[in-house]
Amino acid sequence: MFKKISRDKVLFFGVSFLLLIGIQLLISAGIINNFWSTIIRLGAVYAMVSLGLNLIYGFNGQFSLGQFGFYAIGAYTAADITYRWVNEDSSLGLTVVLAVILLTGLAILGLRRVLSRIRGLDALSAFAVYLTAVLILGYVGLIVGKTIEPAVNSLLGVLPEALALQVVFIMAVLLAALVAAEISFLFGLPVLTLGSDYFGIATLGFTIIVKVLLDNSDTMLGFVEMKGARGMIGIPKITTWFWVFLFLIITVVVLRNLLHSSYGRAIVSVREDEIAAKTMGIDVANYKILSFVIGSLFAGLAGGLYAHINGFLHPNTFNFIKSFDPMIIIVLGGLGTLTGTLVTSFVWVLLLEGALRLVLPDGFETWRYVIYPLILLLVMLLRPKGLIGEYEFPFLRKVLPPLYIKKKASPDGNQLPTSSVDNAGTPEAAQ
Amino acid sequence: MTAPAIAIPKTTFFERVIRGRWIGKTFLILIALAAIWKIFISFQAGPVVFFQQVINGMQLGFVYALIALGYTMVYGIVRLINFAHGDVFMVGAFTSYYAIARFSLNTWPEFVAPGLPDWLSILIGVVTVILLSMVVCAFLAFIIERVAYKPLRTAPRISALITAIGVSFFLEYFGALPFVYTSNFVTYKRPFPVQNWAISAEGITRISAETPAPPQSLLISNIAVIIILASIFLVLLLNFIVRRTRIGKAMRASAYDKPTSRLMGINVDGIISVTFAIGAALAGAAGVLYAIAYQQVYVFMGIIPGLKAFVAAVLGGIGSIPGAFVGGLIIGQAEVLSAAYISTPMRDAVAFTILVLVLLVRPTGIFGEPTSEKA
Repeated sequence: MFKKISRDKVLFFGVSFLLLIGIQLLISAGIINNFWSTIIRLGAVYAMVSLGLNLIYGFNGQFSLGQFGFYAIGAYTAADITYRWVNEDSSLGLTVVLAVILLTGLAILGLRRVLSRIRGLDALSAFAVYLTAVLILGYVGLIVGKTIEPAVNSLLGVLPEALALQVVFIMAVLLAALVAAEISFLFGLPVLTLGSDYFGIATLGFTIIVKVLLDNSDTMLGFVEMKGARGMIGIPKITTWFWVFLFLIITVVVLRNLLHSSYGRAIVSVREDEIAAKTMGIDVANYKILSFVIGSLFAGLAGGLYAHINGFLHPNTFNFIKSFDPMIIIVLGGLGTLTGTLVTSFVWVLLLEGALRLVLPDGFETWRYVIYPLILLLVMLLRPKGLIGEYEFPFLRKVLPPLYIKKKASPDGNQLPTSSVDNAGTPEAAQ
Repeated sequence: MTAPAIAIPKTTFFERVIRGRWIGKTFLILIALAAIWKIFISFQAGPVVFFQQVINGMQLGFVYALIALGYTMVYGIVRLINFAHGDVFMVGAFTSYYAIARFSLNTWPEFVAPGLPDWLSILIGVVTVILLSMVVCAFLAFIIERVAYKPLRTAPRISALITAIGVSFFLEYFGALPFVYTSNFVTYKRPFPVQNWAISAEGITRISAETPAPPQSLLISNIAVIIILASIFLVLLLNFIVRRTRIGKAMRASAYDKPTSRLMGINVDGIISVTFAIGAALAGAAGVLYAIAYQQVYVFMGIIPGLKAFVAAVLGGIGSIPGAFVGGLIIGQAEVLSAAYISTPMRDAVAFTILVLVLLVRPTGIFGEPTSEKA
């Protein structure tokens, strides 16, 4: 028999599907002009970045400012792959990254199985082992990728040109996500052992280091086509609303299912109280790194999509000042709520990039950044729990089994209070 | 009767390696050796150039140390990364810029007492400008604390942090408005001429247009001397305030335990305001010194020095005044040396790398005391 499909599920997927197809049709028909279509695609990208950060900070309580670093890594990785495919007519980028990522990913997963059996291994030693393995296998992957490149190139050449580009694009976006995830794993391994604020500063440092490296990508890293601080041009503009929104739905559904699983409960328990979680037998370090890697994975995914919106990338886009944006979005939307983050990121981009730019007269564009800190201050002073609070869309709402404390009438006739289960916990507990 | 034999589990070599964390230690030692080797090579390649870089690093490091003191005090007392601190530093630099370039405040002793010797009138003028910047910054920080942070004292810590980011953005972009400051780089007019001394085998010589520096000599400018002396003076003053006065005692008490301090009759809110003001005054002085040294003011100039100073404060052990000082010196030195010998763009990256490495070895920083997590 079919499992009963809940009304919420139908509603969620129905509305998503309508938005997906409807807005795409509106864009194709030219009713939504180019400016606004860019804005809403950007909104979806921001939503993905912020959802990733919400998993790291809102649900797992790790104060990370490094989200934009992974976003940048994803953007540049995907951009490089499609750039090479379009402008140099080779799949060199794709194959090499694919080979490197597959080999290093397998190495990490294999080592993780082995190392998890060793008790008492400190994070730094583990980091040294992983780093060595990744460097060796990365080099092997480089050679393998270069040797199998002609074969892949001819294989992709069989496809019609437009389709091949789409395939390369999707592969590039997925690989961007995986690159960000692997780097976040290596980076998070030692850094997640630091305390909360120190972790924040270290991740902020990561964003700055990534930006410095991108500023000098042509001289120090040797990627001539990235053109360093001059900005990378010539990336095909092929991110349509369809792809962005599809990936956004996937992100939301993955996060929702993750958070509603036992993994999700473990992740939230780490935020609530690490010591209590440890005593309940939860491997705190493991869940910290899990949520950090998944959060960064979505940042990389979003970056890959972002790179193909404007066809232009500049390191200043990933300036660490901008890296506060997702943090501000999730705090405004409410920590630990998916709905709040989704809504706030769209509103954020629509307001800051779209509406205010049109409303304010010429020359007053700088006023945006004078006004929005003031709004931020007011919101923090008046509604520190976020604008939307703890509201969730029905589909995303956590259905916990009700706690059965039977309503027994106590002798004097008063009913015992039934315990209510807080669906997302309180943000204060994150501290 | 024999005691029951207790089976002692045999520890294998592998287990001992894991328990002793030797893989990680080896990794760190290798990094440290590489750094030392690099420094040694650079030293051998040109000792004079190397020492010149060290002096430049000291100059930068003392400025960082001054900013770091404000961070460490504020963090020690309210556990808040005050992101607006770097912008207070910027305001200090801009205040002195306006005082010098628009109002020529540094020349007032010449008008009041024309008979004074040159050096004394310049000294008094510069000290006036620095004091003005300090007062303006202290006042600004006082207002920021009252308006933005105080209402959030009981809110979750992230709210205060986001507010700090908001204040920081506000100061930057408000300053960038065309009628406030500008969003361009502004060349800073030094209040006194630069004077270099050369230290070489022939002794110390004063460099002027006629007497160029002898080859193989160390150059020390009066700017470096002023920065170092002023910073040391301010740090000693701060140390005196914190260690010897009633306010300092109240500060230390509030940092240690706020509710109990309140019970003991300490006005904790007042003390927090004073802490913000003192830290901001130091940042203002640092802003003037930084602007004098690097001759440029810019509305976004505070961000990166601010962050590095925070890194310095964490490195030295947050909450500790000597720690912030030493941390500032280390960060300044590391930045200049890496800019000189590794690659210029990496100067922003090296501070954070050092931070992560040090925190992995000593999670409380160099001078930090292990703190128990308070509820």
